[in-house]
Amino acid sequence: MNWVNPILILLTAFLAIFVEASFDGVRHWLGAQIDLLPALMVYASLSSTLPVVLLLAVLSGLWFDSLSANPLGITILPLFLVGVLIYLRRGLILRDQFFAQFTLGLTASAIVPALTLLLLLSTRQTPLLGWGSIWQWLVMSLGGGILTPVCFRLFDGLNHALSYRPVSENSFRPDREIRRGR
Amino acid sequence: MLRRPHYIALGLLGLLTLIVLNLPSHTAGQLKLTIGSFFLPLFGLSRTSHQLVGEAGDALTPRKELLRQNQQLRLTNQQLQVQSMQADAILRENEQLRLLVGWQKQTPWKLKLASVVVRDPANWWQTAQIDLGSRDGMRVDLPVLTPAGLVGRISAVGLTRSQIALIGNPGCKVSAIIEKTRETGIITIASGPLDNSLVVLSYLSSNSNLKPGQVVTTSGLGGIFPKGIMIGQIAEDSRPVEFGLYTEARVKLAANMGALEEVWVMLP
Repeated sequence: MNWVNPILILLTAFLAIFVEASFDGVRHWLGAQIDLLPALMVYASLSSTLPVVLLLAVLSGLWFDSLSANPLGITILPLFLVGVLIYLRRGLILRDQFFAQFTLGLTASAIVPALTLLLLLSTRQTPLLGWGSIWQWLVMSLGGGILTPVCFRLFDGLNHALSYRPVSENSFRPDREIRRGR
Repeated sequence: MLRRPHYIALGLLGLLTLIVLNLPSHTAGQLKLTIGSFFLPLFGLSRTSHQLVGEAGDALTPRKELLRQNQQLRLTNQQLQVQSMQADAILRENEQLRLLVGWQKQTPWKLKLASVVVRDPANWWQTAQIDLGSRDGMRVDLPVLTPAGLVGRISAVGLTRSQIALIGNPGCKVSAIIEKTRETGIITIASGPLDNSLVVLSYLSSNSNLKPGQVVTTSGLGGIFPKGIMIGQIAEDSRPVEFGLYTEARVKLAANMGALEEVWVMLP
């Protein structure tokens, strides 16, 4: 199994959460912090195996909640649900198409926060919600949609650069060389 | 189409989520801070890079500007020393009067400087984390402020970091008083998720008539926040809510919540 791809995905998730928690630039400009995890989940579910999807959901969910006021573990389920739904239909998805990547990223980035909020409300938490939350939701969805194709380009490039590629065999064989006589 | 491995994965995940979500709050809090400590090297790296940038900026500041700032700081220092002497005299007088009247002696609060290292990555909470933990004497419910005004209270404590619930977060309610009219109310939540500089002052009496610009401070009720800490100013006229049962008004916070870098924690 090629371990470069899962390691790269998990490392990016870790760094993305750190950046989201440390830098407030996007929040100041747009009023909402864009989350990269749904976009990563789309990439992982279209490019990796189910254990990787599971690992990404669990680890990134725990990391995200550890820096947030969310109850620990609340983000795991929405991420995994999105990941597994895409994973089950990956045979029907044209993963190399920009439009497919954008649409999936947009949908995933819309579903994950909505499901997380639903879970929070069902566990009697009182998150800060209002009319402004709709704007935040739109920013998160669009941001996720735009970042998903970027993720695909980035990871495909990194995989191309770092992964082992089997040597392609050509049809030339010395023993089959035609010896031309005079 | 779901197959057996998918069912197993879903089941395992559901079980794990259920277990983690049902952990006792203390255990979950400790686990949260432990998992969060994986980010410590990155926080250290971030802080070092900030320091390097700051030092590089300092090195570029002209000598003339430094001398001017030094002179200004000397002046401010002298003024503050005089004010401190006056405050000491008033404090002594206050203690003597308290002794004469028989009131309980007030213990002064100590302040500890902390750096804000993390802002909540989720858009629906207003929390932050500071670089002081239980080893630095932090504990839950200690007030946090900036020189401009109140910021919030400590809501969870780890060994090296603590979480602050900022004013406006649903988990941080503050009993407040209007300086001019002496009316009391409760700062409940931020007026909206987009603007964290405005909060709602609620549960004011039904006949209160607040005007913009009136100063709001902590009332000392509730036992968490000491009396007299600046919160902000009334931003607009108060309005009746819940069919006139009580009134509420929006308060513009004195502390800049969008640019918190260093905060003070009040220790008893």
